Amino acid sequence: MPNFIDRRLNPKDRSLGNRQRFFKRVREELKRTIRDQIKSDRITDVDATHGVPIPKRGADEPSFHHSRASGERNYVLPGNETFSPGDRLRKPETGGGGGGGAAGPGRGENTDDFLFVLSREEVLDLFFEDLELPDMVKLNLRETVSYKSHRVGFSTVGTPCNINVGRTMRNSFGRRMALRRPSEREFQALTEEIATLEREEEPSLQQRRRLSHLRDELAVVERRRLRIAYVDPVDVRFNRFERQPLPNASAVMFCLMDVSASMGEREKDLAKRFFVLLHLFLKRRYERIDIVFIRHADEAREVDEETFFFSKQSGGTVVSTALEEMLRIIEDRYPSNLWNIYAAQASDGDNANGDSDRCAELLREKLMRLCQYYAYVEIIDERESEIFGSTDNGTSLWRAYRTVDSVVPNFQMTRVARPADIYPVFRKLFARHQPVQLRR
Amino acid sequence: MAKRPVSSLLFDGSEWNFATLSRVYDAIDAIAIDEMGLNVYPNQIEVISSEQMLDAYSSVGMPLMYQHWSFGKRFVFESQLYQKGYRGLAYELVINSNPCITYLMEENTMPMQALVTAHAAFGHNHFFKNNYLFRQWTDASGILSYMDFAKKYIAKCEERHGLNAVEQVLDSAHALQDHGVFHYRRPPRLSSAKEMERARERLEYEEQTYSDLWRTLPMAGGSSGTEEAEREALERTKVLNLPEENLLYFLEKHSLILEPWQREILRIVRVVAQYFYPQIQTKVMNEGCATFVHYSIINRLFDQGQISEGAMLELLSSHANVVFQPSFDDTRFSGINPYALGFAMMQDIKRICTEPTQEDRDWFPGISGNGNWMGTLIDAWENHRDESFILQYLSPALIRKFRLFRLSDHATNKFCEVTSIHNEQGYAAVRAALAGNYDLAANRPDIQVVDVDLLGDRQLRLKHVIKNGILLEENNRGATLAHISRLWGYEVSLAGIDVSTGKVLYECSSTQA
Repeated sequence: MPNFIDRRLNPKDRSLGNRQRFFKRVREELKRTIRDQIKSDRITDVDATHGVPIPKRGADEPSFHHSRASGERNYVLPGNETFSPGDRLRKPETGGGGGGGAAGPGRGENTDDFLFVLSREEVLDLFFEDLELPDMVKLNLRETVSYKSHRVGFSTVGTPCNINVGRTMRNSFGRRMALRRPSEREFQALTEEIATLEREEEPSLQQRRRLSHLRDELAVVERRRLRIAYVDPVDVRFNRFERQPLPNASAVMFCLMDVSASMGEREKDLAKRFFVLLHLFLKRRYERIDIVFIRHADEAREVDEETFFFSKQSGGTVVSTALEEMLRIIEDRYPSNLWNIYAAQASDGDNANGDSDRCAELLREKLMRLCQYYAYVEIIDERESEIFGSTDNGTSLWRAYRTVDSVVPNFQMTRVARPADIYPVFRKLFARHQPVQLRR
Repeated sequence: MAKRPVSSLLFDGSEWNFATLSRVYDAIDAIAIDEMGLNVYPNQIEVISSEQMLDAYSSVGMPLMYQHWSFGKRFVFESQLYQKGYRGLAYELVINSNPCITYLMEENTMPMQALVTAHAAFGHNHFFKNNYLFRQWTDASGILSYMDFAKKYIAKCEERHGLNAVEQVLDSAHALQDHGVFHYRRPPRLSSAKEMERARERLEYEEQTYSDLWRTLPMAGGSSGTEEAEREALERTKVLNLPEENLLYFLEKHSLILEPWQREILRIVRVVAQYFYPQIQTKVMNEGCATFVHYSIINRLFDQGQISEGAMLELLSSHANVVFQPSFDDTRFSGINPYALGFAMMQDIKRICTEPTQEDRDWFPGISGNGNWMGTLIDAWENHRDESFILQYLSPALIRKFRLFRLSDHATNKFCEVTSIHNEQGYAAVRAALAGNYDLAANRPDIQVVDVDLLGDRQLRLKHVIKNGILLEENNRGATLAHISRLWGYEVSLAGIDVSTGKVLYECSSTQA
């Protein structure tokens, strides 16, 4: 008779530790892959699961192998139809006798083609890594839907910290009354009377009889008190909480970017990370998010994501055209009483003469009355970042926006030279108290 | 026995439960032990889910395994193959231990559970218990507790010395896994405590007898210098027991820089490699034996009316998939299927024993027509490994059935040549070549420690014996040498020497890599 054991209920992730060790080892490689993928992916897809090829470097396991490209071998293969001894078969050109069936073993061992899937958490981990986000923010971003606990009635099960004492004691009292549990006072009275009777030095017959009667009664009372608990498990009530998802509504996110020739590969990459971060944030809060891409050089146009990031336009730069375009689109399609409007603008700070003041005015007077939040990043050279720091000096656009920053609370701006600089723009956005006042 | 067929069925439909499993086990047990005469370890049968099967896959099939990133890589790889549907999961997994542990997948239908029980719990189990390689080289009753020790020990090392330090040693040790096996002599069995004691005593003796004066003695004259050096070299090889083919063993015992815990880790990797060595050498026989056993048992169950026609059809279809051998030019071809070859050879032996042709009488005078096919098979299972089994039992009839041919391939030529096919002149050559392909010793690089000058530059010299002009793959060679040098602590050099001419074909060293 064999020993049958049902292992199905055993913990499943036995190799989780190994998997984590593997990821740790190939982290750099994965990070690069993910970054490349994010560069080419759509903003909305960044936090989906990603398939990545199994990294070669850092994860190879060398050992002494025979080289395929040397020496003499004999293969034995099944299924001969037409060959007779002495027949010669041409080897395939590529590689030393790999495919074609000439070399039986060795096929199907190519690991290059296999992708493995990183979960959303793992992807975001890698994405967040050099953005230097505070942990609280990371946690917030990972959570897709946010919930809030509400008190709703009582329950008979729960954790000790949720015991509702009032309700429990009320039940206990009712039960004690119904079952006629002798009260503390009754008990005290009996024991006191017994005590006084016992103190009597020469008790009369009546007193003695009374004493023995009292003792019997006390025994009954004690037994009843033991039998009927003061607080019984059936009395206990817990506060019941229910998690309710926070009200979600729709938001629209405007991405504005200068695409004049001065914006190179590096600038666009940084800008994209900036947009992705805002999108991740919005996605957590809103059920539905539309993204509008507006690019501008000396003229602004709404475009699709592909064109937004990957095509170039030459010419001067007039930023206000983009703001006007945005205004027009809001009026057209996204009435501000139905939509939460967020905007993110990336630029290298170039602007046509005199246009910056117009931009500031547009923002102050019109746009900021409609927008929930407006973030502006100016992408600068790493060397420049040391010079400028956080001074007010800088391009005309920067100076003009500075005036907006000082009067409008939900306007944020910063200079960005490295990925780590991006987050401070959003700091205020993330720092806000959790349930946002939503416009319905 | 005129039983009504309805009542004699062991199960009906595809659902299984533990009561049915147990009933089927008993029926199989009766056939396997009483009729076939198999001799097995006690069975422990565990039911697992597909995820747990993937887990088991990635840790080389052991129920207990220490943690290492390479198992994580394998897990990611296997689960990907599985999810994409490139590869199904095995129906079972069996461990060479006493009691013999068999994992059954919960997704299997009841007929499949019956087949798999016969296959693993009796076929593989019998093979593990009786084959000479397993009997000599593995310790079935000790492996589980050893793996438990290994897992805990390595976890303890990680805690004490850090993940990275342990990982480095394991990486290097894994690189030499294939060279951590004693091929010829059996591993010395000494408990580590006893060994430590001995090492300590030796050290004490050396300290006591050490005299610095000897060093100051004038060297002997020039003529006797070379002689002296030769004598010293001879002495060294004798003391270190060189040449040594088990690189991991040598490093564990003689490395100049390893700490005791690092040596223990090398030992663990070595023991695991040694444990699996017989399994790699008997793939065809092991699978053939299990397949033959399950095929015989389910047919017997069917004949006795214990399983229904529907179940039998399902099992036969599954069996046919398992023993399917595509031709070399088929897109599904990926080498010779060990199940197909093993099963066909064993069926063939049965045929030779019971109804031999004249050809069989010429080729197998010893067994043809002896009628005792089960005895012949049990004897073969006990005393052969793949190479010798094929060399001994592959019949011309089977070569014709598989239409085997031998293809010879010189790397320098632009073509391969068909040297033998399934005809009178070719049988012996095809058989020898096929057997040669299963000779592990010939197919793995032969690398040995030949010399080390402990008092000089401490360089570890390795020799690669080159057969048939097959060299080592160079990138891997460099990386592996670097791993050896990490364990040895000093320079490691490797010389490739052709076995037939004795010429040195290449020389390289860890400092170049």
